[in-house]
Amino acid sequence: QKVSLEVLDHLEHLALVDFRDSEGVERLQKAIQFADQLHEVNTDGVEPMDSVLEDRWCLYLREDDVTEGNCTKELLENAREKVEEYFVAPPGNIPLPKLEEREAFLQGS
Amino acid sequence: ATLKDGLRSQVSAALKEGRVTPTELCRRCLALIKSTKFLNAYITVAEETALKQAEESEERYKRGQPLGILDGIPIAVKDNFNTAGIETTCASNMLKGYISPYNATVVQKLLDQGAVLLGKTNLDEFAMGSGSTDGVFGPVRNPWSYSKQYKEKSVPKSHSEDEESNWVITGGSSGGSAAAVSSFTCFAALGSDTGGSTRNPAAHCGVVGLKPTYGLISRHGLIPLVNSMDVPGILTRCVDDAAVLLGSLAGHDPKDSTTIQDDFKPFELPNLTDVSKLSIGIPKEYHAPGLSSEILALWSKAADLFKNAGAKVVEVSLPHTRYSIVCYHVLCTAEVASNMARFDGLEYGHRSDTKESTESMYAATRREGFNDVVRGRILSGNYFLLKQNYEKYFVKAQKVRRLIANDFVKVFRSGVDILLTPTTLSVAAPYMEFIQEDNRTRSAQDDILTQAANMAGLPAINVPTALSERGLPVGLQFIGRSFQEKQLLTVAKWFEKQVQFPMIQLEEVKRHDNGVFQHQQSASFS
Repeated sequence: QKVSLEVLDHLEHLALVDFRDSEGVERLQKAIQFADQLHEVNTDGVEPMDSVLEDRWCLYLREDDVTEGNCTKELLENAREKVEEYFVAPPGNIPLPKLEEREAFLQGS
Repeated sequence: ATLKDGLRSQVSAALKEGRVTPTELCRRCLALIKSTKFLNAYITVAEETALKQAEESEERYKRGQPLGILDGIPIAVKDNFNTAGIETTCASNMLKGYISPYNATVVQKLLDQGAVLLGKTNLDEFAMGSGSTDGVFGPVRNPWSYSKQYKEKSVPKSHSEDEESNWVITGGSSGGSAAAVSSFTCFAALGSDTGGSTRNPAAHCGVVGLKPTYGLISRHGLIPLVNSMDVPGILTRCVDDAAVLLGSLAGHDPKDSTTIQDDFKPFELPNLTDVSKLSIGIPKEYHAPGLSSEILALWSKAADLFKNAGAKVVEVSLPHTRYSIVCYHVLCTAEVASNMARFDGLEYGHRSDTKESTESMYAATRREGFNDVVRGRILSGNYFLLKQNYEKYFVKAQKVRRLIANDFVKVFRSGVDILLTPTTLSVAAPYMEFIQEDNRTRSAQDDILTQAANMAGLPAINVPTALSERGLPVGLQFIGRSFQEKQLLTVAKWFEKQVQFPMIQLEEVKRHDNGVFQHQQSASFS
């Protein structure tokens, strides 16, 4: 059962990572095939496990107190594009084009 | 004191008595790093800061106030741990040039105890891989490729063919750390372990590789791969040293809410002489397809060793073992898809020049920054997390995870104290052979014996056992009960003493380690 073009496109939009070529798509197909082995296992009545520490109640919430911060300068140092105390991004709300139009859109990659 | 000495037993005393100084140790290590550059174990060598740390340590020793056993000890850290002021790349274009603004908790702990940070070690990109071959700085070479032991046994096919094409991999993904420890350029190194990434290269490089219980050591500052399985790993040349490192790193960290809150007491390992009260379990499913006959024989021999010493050795079953890789594959890619979402080029790391829109900038940045392995896992992970697939794959895998974890609970409840298994299916492969298969296939093959311990969150350790016929290291794995590191390490230490794994004979080390103090070269550390 092959993955539809629609799903491939959807995945690229969700992941913001592209398959690049047919090899990438092949890789996904193989990964799904591999994962399908899971269905051989009978998991009736088994609860999903989120954490191996579930018995220890250690996933606690701390008090909502400010304990650190004031490190704007350090944090901005690693950003390439900034203005005053802002990270600068290109304009938003412009959806990525569909697969067909993609090649022209992504330049310089 | 030499670079070959154990920390607690010899180096610490030598430093306290002034027979060797921290700056001498540091310089020796830095020189050795330079002359073993061909191993490509280090991405960044922090020469200036290391020497400064060594000088400060020396001052403390002069005043008679060392901070502890680790004061002045040169260590290396895998390049997926944040180190303030030092580049942290995860061997990826995405983080080239990224200077961490903070220290990972484990790094901070080491520095607080006076350890000398020599540099950051090489790995597979973002710790994804089992060979340390898929990072942007190139593959790491196994020091054993250049050992007298290996060279004696290898037959060059032609006169012109030399070590250049014959070298073997370190395993991964903490290959740089394993190679660094194995080649004596540091006394200990930090790795990470999500599916076996500390134990696998430890086995291939003939060093001790400890994966602690999940929740024992803080992950704060360790760039995450799979939050529910990652742990910092410890690589050393002997089990005693691993216990020293563990003692300085374990314990609750308020910055990592997945660390348990129980008090952790550092311990010294007793010299076990009587194993008659011990019950060793041999999981039959670990006799996996593809297990080399050499390793099978060593595993058998090890079981007999325990039996002959009076321990109870029983065959046990962990029936869901064969599903652990598939389960891992789904859970890992799903968590990776989430964890890699932070790399968008805005706040740190690589940023593409594309300016048309935020989304196109993100997409281009990620396309340029990540290699195929990382991108492949992100896409697979997102597939398994799609609404239509969530129950079928992700939740299903979580259920299988519980079955795997329960297998261990049942076995430990039946009276078994420790499990004994091989660590890898075979010895380190030659690089040219290893790259014939793709990363995912390799990882699936190589993680098979180590992965389940991550699923269940259990502590596990690789102990170098013997050399193969070709002169390459073989290690065996011990898996213990949750948070019972003392018992695990005690048994591992006993075993280490029995097998007397030979010391690697490297030309470079001989040249640099004829220190001011002549010291007997002994094969065992204790």
